[in-house]
Amino acid sequence: MMRAKSDVKKCLWCGGCVSVCPTSAITLYERIIDVDDNCNGCGICLRFCPVGAMLEA
Amino acid sequence: MRYDIIVVGAGPGGSSAALHAARNGAEVLLLEKRQEIGSPIRCAEGVGKKGLAGCGIKPDPKWIASEMKGAKLHSPSDVVVELSGELAGNEVGYVLERKIFDRELAMTAAEAGAEILMKTMATDLILDEGYAKLKVLTGGDKMELEADLIIAADGVESKTARWAGIDTTLKPSDVESCVQYLMAGVECEPDYTHFYIGPSYSPGGYIWVFPKGCSKANVGIGVQGSKIPRNEGGFVKNLLDKFIEKHPALSKGKKLEIIAGGVPVSGPKYETVVDNLMVVGDAARHADPATGGGIINAIRGGRLAGEVGAQAVKERDFSRTFLSRYEKAWKEDFGKSLERNLIIKNALTKLEDSDFNDLADSLSGYRFEELGLLGLIDAIQEKHPELLDALIGE
Repeated sequence: MMRAKSDVKKCLWCGGCVSVCPTSAITLYERIIDVDDNCNGCGICLRFCPVGAMLEA
Repeated sequence: MRYDIIVVGAGPGGSSAALHAARNGAEVLLLEKRQEIGSPIRCAEGVGKKGLAGCGIKPDPKWIASEMKGAKLHSPSDVVVELSGELAGNEVGYVLERKIFDRELAMTAAEAGAEILMKTMATDLILDEGYAKLKVLTGGDKMELEADLIIAADGVESKTARWAGIDTTLKPSDVESCVQYLMAGVECEPDYTHFYIGPSYSPGGYIWVFPKGCSKANVGIGVQGSKIPRNEGGFVKNLLDKFIEKHPALSKGKKLEIIAGGVPVSGPKYETVVDNLMVVGDAARHADPATGGGIINAIRGGRLAGEVGAQAVKERDFSRTFLSRYEKAWKEDFGKSLERNLIIKNALTKLEDSDFNDLADSLSGYRFEELGLLGLIDAIQEKHPELLDALIGE
């Protein structure tokens, strides 16, 4: 199953992905996007990310 | 460590809550997860003059980048509708330097007696013992804090409200995906904001150019999340880049900064109080659904939460029933305007390019200082009556 991860080279740490994640799997630390085991691979964050920084792991 | 109130997040909403809680006698701790307050910004920095005055904040040249005379709305065929004076000023009267503005607000909270902890991130919240246990990471170290009351001001990505059982997850249609450049060396009128509205500019959102002094401007885009195509990573940023390329007045400039953000446009459909917790600002989805502006409502809501919080401390009552005074207060203050602008947003996001062209054609040439909402509707009725049907939804 697909799981999301962030590309640190593109991410601007805006937290948009966190706000749309239906399973609360994403956490924005200061400059880290952490995706935990709750990720169900729905891909909403990939579509939402303004700069294309969310990828399939 | 135990406090009366812990405020999570030192943006405008959190600082305002901390200020008014501390000023009214509560022992307050304000947490900020980042290493500095106000940076990186996530905002177009526009704020209305009336809105700012209504927060009891005096304009200070330290954090005002520029003052606006009006706004120009561009249709897809580039018919321009000019809004001047008060009408435009309600939307954007000043373009701020948020980095300075946010720090000043946090400082007023500190001066009123609030403690501030930087680089401190809330990681979990337990509410079931009649008070709040907040787990945090501060400078990397785990710590457990206690408070009678938590004010969640942790922005669009708020988790604090979710831990308290309020599911604030935004549907893609309820959040705008935004990118903005700070650009230098651009040609723009220094005292007009520009809005480019229509699906070909931005599906379900708009592009903005907000001048910051003579040759600098915030140039940004917000696209409704549900209208972003699948499998097109970076669609929003690419759309903005294409817009800038097509406009020589902008493309001659240099990009000094890039920021991104999610702007909640759901309207106020979530609970904002439970036992021992209140939610303010973007975390409460208090940003304006039509414009995306969130600063003023965050400050106003923060103030109301801070005042109710301090009262709760005095009366030792942190129940949902007591705290619902805050919910009642913000609904009276700006709830109606959020509901109204949600209807406007829902109508506008259904329109096509041609509708916006007709709309601009109906409205260009009117002097908008003199034209109230009814006059506006008359103007549309006269030239493009079919648009009213589209707006009202048949």
